[in-house]
Amino acid sequence: MARWRAQIEQRDGVIRSDTEKNEKERLRWAAAVVRMRSLEMVHHAKVGHPGGDLSSADVLVTLYLAVMRFDAANPQWTNRDRFIMSKGHCSASLYATLAQAGLISAELLDTFMDPLSMLNGHPDRNKVPGVEANTGPLGHGLPIAVGCALAAKMQGSLWRVFVLTGDGELQEGSNWEAAMTAATYRLDNLMLIVDRNRIQQGDFTEKTIRMDPLPEKWMAFGWSVVEVDGHDQDALRQVLGGGPVEAGKPTCVIANTVKGRGVSFMENKPEWHHGVPTKAQLDAAREELLGAWR
Amino acid sequence: MSVEETIEAGLHDCRDVFASTLVEMAGADERIAAVVNDSVNSTKLKGFRNRFPHRFVNVGIAEQNMVGVGAGLANGGMIPFVCGASCFLTARAMEQVKVDLGYARNNVKLCGMSSGMAYGELGPTHHSIEDLAWTRVIPNLTVIVPADPIETRAAMLWARDHQGPVFLRLSRLPVPILLDDKYVFRPGYAKVLREGSDVTLVANGVLVCRALEAAGKLAERGISARVLNASSMAPFDREAIVRAARETRGIVTVEEASVYGGLGGAVAEIVATEHPTRMKILGVPGVFAPTGSAEFLLDHFGLTANGIETAAIELLNGVARV
Repeated sequence: MARWRAQIEQRDGVIRSDTEKNEKERLRWAAAVVRMRSLEMVHHAKVGHPGGDLSSADVLVTLYLAVMRFDAANPQWTNRDRFIMSKGHCSASLYATLAQAGLISAELLDTFMDPLSMLNGHPDRNKVPGVEANTGPLGHGLPIAVGCALAAKMQGSLWRVFVLTGDGELQEGSNWEAAMTAATYRLDNLMLIVDRNRIQQGDFTEKTIRMDPLPEKWMAFGWSVVEVDGHDQDALRQVLGGGPVEAGKPTCVIANTVKGRGVSFMENKPEWHHGVPTKAQLDAAREELLGAWR
Repeated sequence: MSVEETIEAGLHDCRDVFASTLVEMAGADERIAAVVNDSVNSTKLKGFRNRFPHRFVNVGIAEQNMVGVGAGLANGGMIPFVCGASCFLTARAMEQVKVDLGYARNNVKLCGMSSGMAYGELGPTHHSIEDLAWTRVIPNLTVIVPADPIETRAAMLWARDHQGPVFLRLSRLPVPILLDDKYVFRPGYAKVLREGSDVTLVANGVLVCRALEAAGKLAERGISARVLNASSMAPFDREAIVRAARETRGIVTVEEASVYGGLGGAVAEIVATEHPTRMKILGVPGVFAPTGSAEFLLDHFGLTANGIETAAIELLNGVARV
């Protein structure tokens, strides 16, 4: 364990993004670390949501390491870009990403859900630098993001607002209330990313409450829609970093992802929504996720 | 001036001072914004919309979204006053109030309009008699029930300067001016509006003037009633209640709300744990109100000067003079 940790931290410290090749390598490595860390954290806490941690890792890493403007030394910087993690149950991958981004220390991750830890099972903005909203109950993030985007428009500020929701989460009606507000107020500084892994707690989304045709739903609500492979970091960098698709319209990025991505025995299995890996499963996952850097 | 004289001087709809104060504050501070759920007329914010269209957000009929938008505006550095009928604002968006405002400590000012039974004949769907019980248990949320136009304005000024979420429970029922121009709202403080040594009447909102009237009637019978204005529901003035329990022979609470979990509940929690005394809790007694105007319903449930007077006498009759 310690050797892996030492290797991870040494490796992370070495890589610089002075070339495009290095940048790609840096993001690929960071996503692997976020995945591994998330699983370690869930194993440590004996509770968590690893399936969604793994499906959202590439989006989170791309946003924090390659797209968003923020100051890790001053997390409350007024003109920072905002990211709202609406699917707050995937806090492990969020915290692991905040550590990669320098907003919290890597050591803090070891306290995930421990008594009195800053790292609740669901994120608390008053405890964790870089967290913008207290989420956990679903359907809260998009309305908050709409408010952030409205504030920027009222002030003539140029910061951007990103929000990540699950796909099952869109069954909460508050999202569609917020969708209408965003379109009416022409919030082109707002980008919604849907982690479209097609699985929710109980089953596949389409066997629960049908979400398709999802792009058409957002278009009908007045949004620009882009579909992207949510594990293709190059594509994500281009789409998330590219600004609004159409002036005067909010953008919905449907990131097609795989729940449990990166660990073969977890991929696309509803039971890993909130499964807890054993020690043996953790070791097997480590081989798959970090083997290439051995 | 006696309360009878202030009633003679004229009654006021506190929404008028609410609307004019918000416009005044917005003129002086670019961070002030208003958010409504289509309730442009019932909040009386047309003037605000005309003057500050860029800081006026109408999310449509969507209360959960409205409270979340408020939280986001606060995150972005604005001071949003989020306004809607109290029944919808609290009940429909309760989880957003708890999580996005209370737990996240976002600097949002919730303004619950036409609370209590102000909507009268529109019926229990539009009554907001549960909101005190629901909101006062949420940590970090300051809950204020102003008694008159002076206090409405003072509470708004305080809320603007306070860094944190506030719930202003406002009414549309006409009330007289009870406080003087220099009144400053203080959280966790129940102002003594009338000194008294036999019984204490604790009221808030539109019923404060009725409690004062009742105290006048009791004085004619030789009963000295203290009147407390418990406008700050959270935090609550524990000391004032303990003093009342110690110095008078019983407490009557009076609220335009359910008798469960609101003002009466807050007072009962304090006296039961710190200085047990006899109490009567006046309010809506655990029922959905029948059809009738707001005035009819207040009368129906004994929330009048006569009703309060009777309750105080009954209370004292049950307590031996020390």
